[in-house]
Amino acid sequence: MKIRSQVGMVLNLDKCIGCHTCSITCKNVWTSREGMEYAWFNNVETKPGIGYPKEWENQDKWKGGWVRNKDGSINPRIGGKFRVLANIFANPDLPTIDDYYEPFDFDYQNLHTAPLGQHQPVARPRSLISGKRMQKIEWGPNWEEILGTEFAKRRKDKNFDAVQADIYGEYENTFMMYLPRLCEHCLNPACAASCPSGAIYKREEDGIVLIDQEKCRGWRMCISGCPYKKIYYNWKSGKSEKCIFCYPRIEAGMPTVCAETCVGRIRYLGVLLYDADRIHEVATTPDEKDLYQKQLELFLDPHDPAVIKQALKDGVPMSVIEAAQKSPVYKMAVDWQLALPLHPEYRTLPMVWYVPPLSPIQNAAAAGKIGMDGVLPDVDSLRIPMRYLANLLTAGDEKPVRHALKRLLAMRAYKRAEQVEGKQDLAVLEEVGLSVAQVEDMYRYLAIANYEDRYVIPSAHREEAMSDAFGERSGCGFSFGSGCGGSSDANLFGAKKANRRDIIQTVQIWED
Amino acid sequence: MSKLNFFLFGVYPYIALAICLIGAWARFDLAQYTWKTGSSQMLSNKGMRLASNLFHVGILFVLAGHFVGLLTPHAVYHHVISTENKQLLAMVSGGFFGLLCLIGLLMLIHRRLTNARVRASSSTSDILLLFVLLAQLLLGLGTIFASTAHMDGSVMVMLGHWAQQIVTLQPQAAAESIAPVGFIYKAHVALGVTLFVLFPFTRLVHVVSAPVWYLGRRYQIVRQKG
Repeated sequence: MKIRSQVGMVLNLDKCIGCHTCSITCKNVWTSREGMEYAWFNNVETKPGIGYPKEWENQDKWKGGWVRNKDGSINPRIGGKFRVLANIFANPDLPTIDDYYEPFDFDYQNLHTAPLGQHQPVARPRSLISGKRMQKIEWGPNWEEILGTEFAKRRKDKNFDAVQADIYGEYENTFMMYLPRLCEHCLNPACAASCPSGAIYKREEDGIVLIDQEKCRGWRMCISGCPYKKIYYNWKSGKSEKCIFCYPRIEAGMPTVCAETCVGRIRYLGVLLYDADRIHEVATTPDEKDLYQKQLELFLDPHDPAVIKQALKDGVPMSVIEAAQKSPVYKMAVDWQLALPLHPEYRTLPMVWYVPPLSPIQNAAAAGKIGMDGVLPDVDSLRIPMRYLANLLTAGDEKPVRHALKRLLAMRAYKRAEQVEGKQDLAVLEEVGLSVAQVEDMYRYLAIANYEDRYVIPSAHREEAMSDAFGERSGCGFSFGSGCGGSSDANLFGAKKANRRDIIQTVQIWED
Repeated sequence: MSKLNFFLFGVYPYIALAICLIGAWARFDLAQYTWKTGSSQMLSNKGMRLASNLFHVGILFVLAGHFVGLLTPHAVYHHVISTENKQLLAMVSGGFFGLLCLIGLLMLIHRRLTNARVRASSSTSDILLLFVLLAQLLLGLGTIFASTAHMDGSVMVMLGHWAQQIVTLQPQAAAESIAPVGFIYKAHVALGVTLFVLFPFTRLVHVVSAPVWYLGRRYQIVRQKG
């Protein structure tokens, strides 16, 4: 056994209102540079929909994630090592900018400078890539917002597999949910496996997956390798970039920007201890429907004295173990099994998990009463089809989704009985196998969701890693390339300044 | 032997090699963030598979052919192949892969100049480099036609001597070896040496980053804090 720790995330989709605050704050901090305007380390999609980039879940098209061979081994779906190198001159599985969207800005100055005319002046769009006028904006990072575009297009959503989807195009049967997405910081990252340069690595102490910007050579295989399409090619710097899980904040014990700014309090950050020696075994599980259960087995009980002893031996600091004991992520994913992984069938063992959303009871109006399953409403009559959620979160296995949704309903029923009717309804708890203490905890974490309960992040022990703290003084912090850089505009090796716009200056441009 | 000949083929190669080695070292050490392929595939994928593969396969074979052909001493290769046949082999294989490279390069130049997205994100050096490579490729293909006039391999032997004497630090002898060859060969060699000068300052550097180590490494990389 080799115990490592990871800071994982849980998103409670039941409470996501799709406000995009997470996306905007993330973009303002990390990707508002030229070359990265089209990239959203965090984005929120309306489901059902093909998402961003288009059809990212369709691995027949994009070849992301891992594939299990007949002999039980796994390799990236884009191919074994020889095939990866053979495709290095032109990657056949690479999304192009139009699969994301062509980033644009508007000529706002025209509103000020247009001569007196018969018509209201307009600010027309301009491409941030070519600098040229765009006649029409064809697609954007959130084009399908709240079921935008016609159903025929959204019908291509991969999660409709094995769902009789056509009835969901009808107005009466339509359903939707929000899916905020970021890098999954997988235990078995396919991006790292497909990087020819070996520039992508996982950090041992917090599990954050990063791209070494110095070592990246721009072979762009990681973009195809990642099944979540959460690696972006910076066309200006020629390097790939990805969500860094706000590691400078995590190291300081602060939540990521997306989590900190979430107005719905849907995000949770906490430590999970896992057995690194079993990653390969779990990732090669024969039946993809078992992947969720097998991944759960990887996580170790932070209260178990044997686990604590081994963790200390493997160099996990006590502060991290204590954080793991209070981890909201452990509670929601392992204890209560409310949170489920996103597309476990990709075999990447993702570490950003989701609590499935409840939805209105579909049959209630039609039948005149709510369908009941014992003492609880029947979760199969929820408006969002069970199979759809199962395809999204458990490789098509409906049981864990049904279980999680029932527990959410049970918590509501229990608290309603307590607060409205003034009685303790133990029958609903019995039905879903929860104790009174557990359901009170669930209520505290899911409904109250206090800041200190949602984010339990041990600060990194940088002082121990630093052999020479004195040498770190006056450092330049987070920077690109050769550190703080000179003030000169000329660069011997053709470096373009990351903080300067070369294509169009700003919005201060207008046509003569 | 003129002074210009001595400078271009006896002195310049050393200047070029020095710039190439020290420049690449400095870039790797001081500005590794700029060390990259500079791929623009994600901005426009149209025709890229054909163009880029033709260009790269062609130029890599041509490059390998030059190294083997120029630096293998006569005493070694004559056990395997006669001088006449070696020239014929060089003309045929070089011609074939040179042609592949030329088709790919012309497609890439067309793409870089006419595609608005690629054009806007190109640096001057990206565009210039393609034209330098085109000029060098056309000169190289031109030497094939020039060589049909002397199929005995004599010119090829002189060029081989030049290259071998350069790498064995005999500039005087090297310049003398190459003095009698025709203008087109000299132009090709001089521009070839110039490519070494350009190497550390352009995207050419990605040639030496060919990720062969990938075949031998484990899939996952874990780093400890530090």
